Amino acid sequence: MTVVDETAVPVAVATARPAGRRANVMGYGFVAVYALLMLVFGLLPVLYAGYLGFTDDTGRFAGLANFTRVAGDFRFWPAVSHVALYLLVWLVALVVLVTALAIVVHAIRIRWLGGALRLVFYLPGALAGASSVLLWLFVLDPTASPVRPLLRLLGFDSFVQVVVPGNLPVVFAVIAFWTGAGGWIVIMYGALNNIGAEVIEAARVDGASVVQIAWRIQLPMLRRWISYMCVMSLAAGTQLFVEPQLLAQASNAVVPNDYSLNQLAYQYAFQQNDFNGAAAISLLLLVVALALSAVFVTRGGLFEKG
Amino acid sequence: MAAQHTRSPAGRLSGVSGWSGRAMVAVVLAVFVVFFAVPIVWLLLATTKSARGLSTGNPFTPGGAGDLSANAEQLFGFQDGAVVTWMSHSAMYALGALVVTLVASIPAGYALALTPFRARRLLLVLTLIVMLIPNTALVLPIFLELNAVGLIGSPLSVILPMSFFPFGVYLTYLYFSTSMPRDLLAAARIDGCREIQVFTRIALPLATPIVALVAFFSFVQNWNNFFLPFVMLPSSDGYPMQVGLTSLLASTPAFNPSSAGSQSVQLPALALATVVSVLPVLVVFLVSQRFLVAGMTAGGTKE
Repeated sequence: MTVVDETAVPVAVATARPAGRRANVMGYGFVAVYALLMLVFGLLPVLYAGYLGFTDDTGRFAGLANFTRVAGDFRFWPAVSHVALYLLVWLVALVVLVTALAIVVHAIRIRWLGGALRLVFYLPGALAGASSVLLWLFVLDPTASPVRPLLRLLGFDSFVQVVVPGNLPVVFAVIAFWTGAGGWIVIMYGALNNIGAEVIEAARVDGASVVQIAWRIQLPMLRRWISYMCVMSLAAGTQLFVEPQLLAQASNAVVPNDYSLNQLAYQYAFQQNDFNGAAAISLLLLVVALALSAVFVTRGGLFEKG
Repeated sequence: MAAQHTRSPAGRLSGVSGWSGRAMVAVVLAVFVVFFAVPIVWLLLATTKSARGLSTGNPFTPGGAGDLSANAEQLFGFQDGAVVTWMSHSAMYALGALVVTLVASIPAGYALALTPFRARRLLLVLTLIVMLIPNTALVLPIFLELNAVGLIGSPLSVILPMSFFPFGVYLTYLYFSTSMPRDLLAAARIDGCREIQVFTRIALPLATPIVALVAFFSFVQNWNNFFLPFVMLPSSDGYPMQVGLTSLLASTPAFNPSSAGSQSVQLPALALATVVSVLPVLVVFLVSQRFLVAGMTAGGTKE
């Protein structure tokens, strides 16, 4: 993480020099509460999960036994593949649609229209968590849905038909996209605003079409943001929980309650009282999330200057 | 967007050349507006209908005030007013965590940006790393930790983990390191202000926008949090609204046929519950839209 160390800490400090030692003490005073929270809710849990993951229920060192047991569970690999499939569908949709929509909305010169569109895209973000899932349960239930004819057209006559496990990666991707895409569109829009008008103007003078400008200038300049979006979404997506959890409840077990990895970890902790196994799954998820973050920090270049 | 490769005479939909290109863009945008807006509009309308009207009538005609009040009666009567309890819990958790977040992160961001101390770099790097860990990734480890010290089920088991908000520290750090006039702070020191006074009298008043921004983000995120309270609070007595929704869902015969009984909830009442559960956040969103958008963009840029 030395890369962050060098690049992410650009401005500060150099110019401010309140009297040495006193300032040092003050500095610690100011960060004390935050540092404590970081210790208790950022670092200790990870260490404790690490401890549990590598010991058995009597506290004895167990090597990789918990990890092999978990990986050998018949529910484990299906859960991995469910999450992976969902991530694939979701990420492709996110990258393609968010980028395209941001560029299109950015191209609109009618101010109120652009603003209104961004608000409409952004507003569903207010419905996150269980609320958005509940809303989509309605939309996907042919007996109540506002898009009943569309569902019928696709051959769905009942809710249970809609949420058969084969459809779930798409269903979850739609829910996640509906809730989260607007925020990313807004961020991309802001990034597009940062591209100098003279660059675009120069391209236009040289005879570039809108499509060429989007493809050759805007897209490359958005790259950093797209990779940021991908890795954040990828890391968050590995933690899939509330969507399958509520769907399992609403579908009378058509959707299994160990569909995702986090659900499986939850089952280990709360149904089987196997905290060591739960810790092992949590650690695996955490390592994946951290690894993805590391990729983002070192390759995504977001914290680089300029 | 297959616009022709002719040059655009700076049209109103700037740049998308030609009539057919523009029409295509308009169609695509319309489809997405429908996708994003229709579920919300429909949900609001659904709360004004009877269960029968919801499944038989036109989905986009409003019902009546009578049905709305019947739905409200059913919802708020559920388990002797459990909804009100859950909403008050949501408020308690979100606001409690908000206060701790502000107390912890604003001074921390200030110190990270403007005072040199030894562990500064370490703390900054750790902040960046934890900021990138998804919220939910730490929930089970935190559960295991709090379980070991016997705190599970207490409101603190929800409020304190929520209060750890590295993104807020990062935003504050960015703000203080980029837009705080250092001369002003130096002048205050020369005038004899102690460090704490420099912070409370000079820096803090100037930082009002960023304090508000961190507060908004923290509130919205905490209000919508599901996994953390779901895991930490074993009994429905302590649920916030988001988790309470699962109890309502379990009592809706349309989704759970075994639940038909005196305590059952019909679909329109469940729709109303969904609206109620997000109302505070929706209001915050609408009131502070511009402001939040600016902050989201700032949170991503490095400056």
